[in-house]
Amino acid sequence: MKRLDWFANPARFLRLARAVQPWATGIALTAAAAGLYLGLFASPPDYQQGESVRIMYVHVPAAWMALFCYTALAVASAVALIWKHPLADLAARATAPVGAAFTFLALLTGSLWGKPMWGTWWVWDARLTSVLVLLFLYLGYIALNGAFDDPARGAKASAVLALVGFVNVPIVKFSVDWWNTLHQPASVLRAGGPAIHESMFAPLLLMALAFKAYFVWVLLIRIRAEIAAGKIRAARLRASGDAAP
Amino acid sequence: MSDLAGFFAMGGYGAFVWLSYGVTLMILVLVWAASVRRLKRNERALAEMEARR
Amino acid sequence: MNPFLAIVRRDVRLAFRQGTDTLMTLAFFVIAVVLFPLGVGPEPNVLARIGGGVVWVAALLASMLALERLFQTDYEDGGLELLALAPMPLQIVVLAKVLAHWLATGLPLAVAAPVLGLLMNTPPDVFPVLVAALLLGTPTLSLIGAIGAGLILGARRGGVLLALLVLPLFIPVLVFGVSAVEMAAQGLSPKASLLILGAMALAALALGPWAAAAAVRQALE
Repeated sequence: MKRLDWFANPARFLRLARAVQPWATGIALTAAAAGLYLGLFASPPDYQQGESVRIMYVHVPAAWMALFCYTALAVASAVALIWKHPLADLAARATAPVGAAFTFLALLTGSLWGKPMWGTWWVWDARLTSVLVLLFLYLGYIALNGAFDDPARGAKASAVLALVGFVNVPIVKFSVDWWNTLHQPASVLRAGGPAIHESMFAPLLLMALAFKAYFVWVLLIRIRAEIAAGKIRAARLRASGDAAP
Repeated sequence: MSDLAGFFAMGGYGAFVWLSYGVTLMILVLVWAASVRRLKRNERALAEMEARR
Repeated sequence: MNPFLAIVRRDVRLAFRQGTDTLMTLAFFVIAVVLFPLGVGPEPNVLARIGGGVVWVAALLASMLALERLFQTDYEDGGLELLALAPMPLQIVVLAKVLAHWLATGLPLAVAAPVLGLLMNTPPDVFPVLVAALLLGTPTLSLIGAIGAGLILGARRGGVLLALLVLPLFIPVLVFGVSAVEMAAQGLSPKASLLILGAMALAALALGPWAAAAAVRQALE
């Protein structure tokens, strides 16, 4: 708890955020440039899927980030509920829209990949359905978070929802193993090492790194905006308290 | 020139590949821009409040 | 009297006496199902094919109607704070209210389902499976719904919000509920789907009251 308390001081967090942010920006842009070069130019087309396999380099990292962001959201919510950590609420609130964007991108790029490969934009299999549920959970979180006049109430209610919705994360992850689906099973994060050639593995990892660094970059901006919004609210409350004693 | 055209055609999958990359780039930039705008607006409002006090 | 049963009795009575909860839920259930033959056309084979799914979807939506008021009225008149101070855990209070909600909505839905099955041209030998699936599935809906009902206390436009929060979580129940009916309609054993529905009900029974109690508690703080 000592270490968590250290972050509770917003001034200290802001200093840290300002120090980390340029690095996150740099890593995101560099890795994206390298990943795009390798993914679009230097990697070979797949022997079955041809050039369409290049959609993988945005689809798979987006899908990983969709799950990663929800896990981060649930962890931040748990920290906020259990230890009443002030920064955790802000981090959770700041994470949700970014996670929703990644989930939407995973669905959209998957659809664009599915049309040429499976011959259909959408199938109602376990993986696609559970990712769609993930998107609804993000949207529900955002709606619930903003549905109260008191932001503290919204933070607490949506934190409970984030934890309840976490049951969906393992369902998304393992849906391709538990049910027979059109969606191919995991080929990177699996027991026995990745089943993918390194010429495709390198751009995939670089794009994943770029997406993760982008997440940190945007998250820091969003948390700083939340901290500023909190200060504005506190100042307004003080002002209205002074006016009407 | 035909090399470039072949590159953009992506073996006939050009529309799908470029749409995927394009929309991804667009949404990531939009999320980033919205976040920066919110931060700038809040920081400006905060600075004005503190100047008035 | 046992305070648990007292809460159940009070809530069930309220649901029946006001004539709103049970009656409205059933009326909505019937109307929603009746819309389908009019919407997709009265072709008997088509109706038989989609009947199980239509009845399930309608039951899902109908069981959500009364959820909004599960804690709302008690929250507004302050009764919920008294219940939270009662000498029994809030989880048990929640469980009692969920049981009352199920008795007032889920049970009538399951009982009424065969009538709607007739309207949808579902083969009568599938009715026992349809009713069994609804009996196993609707308690899960009430338990998950209670979490949503607690979360929206004091929120703006709580009703719509509740649908957005709860319907995605209802999907697994719908999937296995419909698959049980489909299995039976194809002459296969629906046992696996019914077992999964039962397992989900047990899991929801074990975890739901805690989550719902946490949701209610944050509203009372």
